[in-house]
Amino acid sequence: MTLLKYKLLGVALFFSTILLAQQTPAPKQTQAISIEGGTAHIGNGEVIDNALIIFTEGKLTFVGSALTETARQGTIINAKGKHIYPGFIAPNSTLGLVEIDAVRATEDQDEVGKMNPHIRSIIAYNTESKVVESMRINGVLMGQITPRGGRISGTSSVVQFDAWNWEDAVIKEDDGIHLNWPNPFSRGRWWLGEPATLKENKEYNNQVDELTTYFNENAVYQIGKNTSRHLPFEALNGVVTGKKTLYVHVDNEKGITDAINFKTANNIKKLVIVGGNEAHLVSNLLVKHNIPVLLQRVHSRPNNDDDDYDLPFTLANRLVKDGVLVGLENSGGMERMNTRNLPFLAGTCAAYGLDKEKALSLITLNTAKILGIDDTVGSLEVGKDATFFISEGDALDMRTNKIDKAYIQGRDVILKSHQTELYERYSNKYKDNN
Amino acid sequence: MIKHVLFLAVLFCGYTSFAQEYIPKNDGVKTATSHYTALQNATIHLSPTEVIENGTLVFKDGKIVSVGTSVNIPKNSLVIDATGKTIYPSFIDIYSTFGVKQPEKNSSNSRTPQYDASREGYYWNDHIRPDQNAIDYLDYDLKKAKALQKAGFGVVNSHIDDGIIRGTGILLALNNEGNASNRILEAQSVQYSGTSKSKTSKQAYPTSLMGALALLRQVHLDADWYAKGLSTEKDRALEALLANKNKVQIIEAGSKLNALRLDNVGDEYNTQYVIVGGGDEYEAIKDIKATQAQFIIPIDFTDAYDMEDPFLARSVELSDLRQWNQQPHNPRILAENNIEFALSTYKLKKEASFLPNLIKAIEAGLPKDKALAALTTIPAGIIGKSNTLGSLKTGAYANFLVTSGDIFDKKTTIYENWITGVKNELETAPKDVRGEYAFNLENEKYTLKISGTLEKLKAKVKTDSTTLGTKLNVNNDWLQLTFSTIDTTKQEFIRVVSNLTDSKILSGKAYFPNGKTLAFNAEKQISDTKEDSKIEDENDDDDDDDDDDDETPSKLNPFHPVTYPNLAYGFETLPKQEILLFKNVTVWTNEKEGILKHTDVLIKNGKIAKIGTNLSDRNAQTIDGTGKHLTAGIIDEHSHIATSSVNESGHNSTAEVSIEDVLNPDDINIYRNLAGGVTSIQVLHGSANPIGGRSAIIKLKWGESAKNLINPHAPKSIKFALGENVKQSNWGDAAKTRFPQTRMGVEQVYIDYFQRAKEYEVLKARGKPFRKDIEMETLVEIINKERFITCHSYVQSEINMLMKVAEQFNFNINTFTHILEGYKLADKMVEHGVGGSTFSDWWAYKYEVNDAIPYNAAIMHNNGVTVAINSDDGEMSRRLNQEAAKAVKYGDVSEEDAWKFVTLNPAKLLHISDRVGSIKVGKDADMVLWSDHPLSIYAKAEKTIIEGVTYFDINRDKQLRATISKEKNELTTLMLQAKNKGLKTKPIAKKEKAHFHCDSNF
Repeated sequence: MTLLKYKLLGVALFFSTILLAQQTPAPKQTQAISIEGGTAHIGNGEVIDNALIIFTEGKLTFVGSALTETARQGTIINAKGKHIYPGFIAPNSTLGLVEIDAVRATEDQDEVGKMNPHIRSIIAYNTESKVVESMRINGVLMGQITPRGGRISGTSSVVQFDAWNWEDAVIKEDDGIHLNWPNPFSRGRWWLGEPATLKENKEYNNQVDELTTYFNENAVYQIGKNTSRHLPFEALNGVVTGKKTLYVHVDNEKGITDAINFKTANNIKKLVIVGGNEAHLVSNLLVKHNIPVLLQRVHSRPNNDDDDYDLPFTLANRLVKDGVLVGLENSGGMERMNTRNLPFLAGTCAAYGLDKEKALSLITLNTAKILGIDDTVGSLEVGKDATFFISEGDALDMRTNKIDKAYIQGRDVILKSHQTELYERYSNKYKDNN
Repeated sequence: MIKHVLFLAVLFCGYTSFAQEYIPKNDGVKTATSHYTALQNATIHLSPTEVIENGTLVFKDGKIVSVGTSVNIPKNSLVIDATGKTIYPSFIDIYSTFGVKQPEKNSSNSRTPQYDASREGYYWNDHIRPDQNAIDYLDYDLKKAKALQKAGFGVVNSHIDDGIIRGTGILLALNNEGNASNRILEAQSVQYSGTSKSKTSKQAYPTSLMGALALLRQVHLDADWYAKGLSTEKDRALEALLANKNKVQIIEAGSKLNALRLDNVGDEYNTQYVIVGGGDEYEAIKDIKATQAQFIIPIDFTDAYDMEDPFLARSVELSDLRQWNQQPHNPRILAENNIEFALSTYKLKKEASFLPNLIKAIEAGLPKDKALAALTTIPAGIIGKSNTLGSLKTGAYANFLVTSGDIFDKKTTIYENWITGVKNELETAPKDVRGEYAFNLENEKYTLKISGTLEKLKAKVKTDSTTLGTKLNVNNDWLQLTFSTIDTTKQEFIRVVSNLTDSKILSGKAYFPNGKTLAFNAEKQISDTKEDSKIEDENDDDDDDDDDDDETPSKLNPFHPVTYPNLAYGFETLPKQEILLFKNVTVWTNEKEGILKHTDVLIKNGKIAKIGTNLSDRNAQTIDGTGKHLTAGIIDEHSHIATSSVNESGHNSTAEVSIEDVLNPDDINIYRNLAGGVTSIQVLHGSANPIGGRSAIIKLKWGESAKNLINPHAPKSIKFALGENVKQSNWGDAAKTRFPQTRMGVEQVYIDYFQRAKEYEVLKARGKPFRKDIEMETLVEIINKERFITCHSYVQSEINMLMKVAEQFNFNINTFTHILEGYKLADKMVEHGVGGSTFSDWWAYKYEVNDAIPYNAAIMHNNGVTVAINSDDGEMSRRLNQEAAKAVKYGDVSEEDAWKFVTLNPAKLLHISDRVGSIKVGKDADMVLWSDHPLSIYAKAEKTIIEGVTYFDINRDKQLRATISKEKNELTTLMLQAKNKGLKTKPIAKKEKAHFHCDSNF
């Protein structure tokens, strides 16, 4: 511990000269690394005590018990007493699209227009964001960068959080299209003197019809002879061919049910519910149609005075028990900087009834499956990317989430940030004074 | 010619008793008449408590001459026989807007906020309008008057419903025949006030309820000062306020919480308001009673929600369901508690629903005499008109209702509403034609049966073999009957018209489809002439029976008990202090003893009595703490829950406003915070201005009144703010006129105000008369170290500045809250002696928090600053234990110290650590039993105790969930039944909860 402190101090002295620069992406893994003695949380529900993990050229080549007779390769890191986790994944995120909420010039999340399937978040993703680098210190190493606004917001992509530019960052480009489902409730326009209440949205059916028409027109466009290209439809059609997932952002029971029927009616291959505040009320339907849920921010208040105070804390557990595939998302107020608390959303699910390893899956393997990237990330399994980290303790609990090392595709990521630099700089200021 | 006659007739009936002798007449000869009118043989309700049978009422020139059972009727009397009728005093509504043209909204489109008043020569604030007089805006609406007459009203006291002080009202007789000269009973009666701003002005201040309350206080101080002749300028508003000082003062509260707030404020300037309530007084009846105020109460009972769509029904909360069930009981509960109240059409959308709602209140147990008093003698008494209004006695206005019977019976009809001796006919008493008749037409024998109520007659024409489709219409002395011909397939009809002069025979003409007419004579069958009794239509076998369910008196559903507060998770009876003994628990003392394992703690009389091992107490309830942790209750230094307003943003300094004025004990977030182990919070004003409002330091005593939430041992406190919010950086381009717009200006605001406060203090000390200024009084308290500043702050430059300004005036800033760059000047903070209450890890939401780091708490702490971690957020506040744990993660603070960040340290910053914040014998028993290590994400609060009272218990919570669900189902069923009965229902509108934080503009 004290040794680490000295190291930190040394690093700090070095960095104090080049402050405010973003962290440099780590170089490619050039030699094998073996990590021995830690507790490995695989992400699929399994735990290996006294584990051995070996990775070369960015891929996991061995994951198993340290008691197994296997040759250690390359550098050996002793992780005794520590915990190893697959990198956490933040779906439905606007990281890198906005830097400072209140500064308009830094906002790139919401394009003009109602139907924007062709809008692509990936090209606006800012790898140099100071907010993005602050994720890594808590183990959040990947995210699905998602545009906002309109009825169809646009196309998201999945990235890893240590890159020189957006092309380097891509894990899965244009993974899905995001649709904000019409709300059966509408809100009074308080600025016109109407009561600021929710009431039945009389336009709901029309709004759903409008979507149906849009998808029907796309179907016709795809078979017809077109003299001019229709960029939105060409982007949209991926959800019919199965190349893209349709992410439907919807919270209420009625909307979820209608969205599932919409999937069937429009031959959509893969649909994911995002938000799903009332998803637990239709879990049978979700299971029947094999629809996963990216569940709304766990750390939120119930909507209704009458609700259980811990309702948002228990939703994931209810869905998992019913057999729904669940991941956690964190959209909402101040969502970007707050995304580093993703592990604690899972921790809260565990505190309110879910098995700890299953809670871990909510931000690792389940999310990877939902985003369609589980072939390369999401768990500590041989053949997958070496994207994981070592924590001093239980990473789902803020009390013990302290990260020593993080690897993305085998690269030894710098666990510094604008924030740690300021920490070191000012800690030293007072040391010098004393 | 006919036209002239008609015109004269109108004049006659209108003015006979009122024509003034001094008015010249050029359209004919003088025709003034003055005679007596006498109604006799009536049941007369002289007052709510006196009824006479076979009484006579004599009046002349609009006033009652005599009334009683043995009254001499003067010779020149117009005598009206009122046999079988009942007479009541007409109703009085003293909170009305009838007949007064209401101001129109200022339609200016300017988006630049207006800070100065629009009017010259009046008070500095446009929303103070005591100079308004309703009489200047007369706009008598005949149609509306008729609607009021039908609801039983004869007189209203009406006002301009606009502004915080609204000026005088006008007492109007609803005399549709007259004109202003005889409708106006008093020109400037009563002064009205409220809390809403004038529509005519866009002047920003006050933007909040707490600003309105502060303004009410200040304007009364200013009036006193003005009265002493100390002002060098003329202020017509203050002059009017002084002129209206001795009038009755009616204030619109509109809710129980506002009623209590306004009563408090009025007490400060010795004004006992008559309070216009909200219909929810039953929810806090003891506190309402304690105001000793008279009330004006609305009866706009809510309709049942349409619960048929379960998706929508789910958003209806228990409190809404209960409101529907409980509201009709409000008048009863007020009466049972001997609270004097008048009833009003206030909030009612339609006058026509007044009587039906009143009948609901009576079905709910409001005694009829109380109901009548609330509409007659009490409103008359409130406005000081008991001699002339509200009861039928000699000398009073001849304002009375002639009805078919008990006015509080659904079936009763009001025939006439006499106002100042002028008859307003509402319904003619229909002739009772009910019975069975027989007649012959073209050799066919028919029977006609007329049944139903007098207002809604039903008719059935039959031959021996067939029942014919029948329609009946009775209008004054004429009857029209239409029935189908015997060959019903033809769709042809026979029409009959008959004059109703003879009660035994209907005689007239029958018109046949082919144009033939025959004489029609139908004789009433003797066997069925049961006088007065209703004819049963038991063999009425068909259709139009749907509206007949008023035969069986509708029963109100059983009253659901009120809880405290009256929403989900409220207590049916408030929990009591207990003697509790925690056994074998891990105790986080926050004292030098540190963390004690396997320890017992005894709580007695709300205090921590003993800490040790093997403790016992015969009377104690023992709680096994094995494997659990006991800590002091969490204290949130920065909260915006449990309040109805957050920001008064109308001025750059608002030291005069106070959160204590607007606490909201009905906020579910209180309960949810308890469930997160929070026991004390500082409810702060927002950050809209450099000098904000005064704070409220409260304990989360769920179920108690606002007043009882306030911690009486906490010192005075106020919120200041720096940075982007006070310079309005994120308010849009229109908000660029208020000083300050830069950090440079912020410094000058402080220096200016503190300098003025010092000068004010000098002025006060001179002993000469001065203008008492609440804002300055507050600032003087700060300079004199009697009131502590919590300042919202981010950037080091301005933090440093404020410390220097304070030092210049020889006081200290108490706490910098948020203080996200505190780590940059921890040394200076220590030197100044200020504490830091910060977020654990918030940043990047504004430019000024770009350098905020989660290590802030650790650096400040390591350098000797007293550090707290706060929420500023009603969600995060219920997980403050986890936020404290982040100080362990970011910056390696020891667990014991990190725990103090949310308990002992905020207690120190709030100057309440002598009583709370640690587990020490003699301190308040404000504590939490945790299921696990309190800094762990896996820890749950199992019991949250304040002063020995268990306000949250995880097991009780489980039971409550079941109870809530059961009660909701019951009420939902009742609402569904209401819809099936055909009662009116309303569509569901789910209230959006406002979640307040610093920037909330209310």
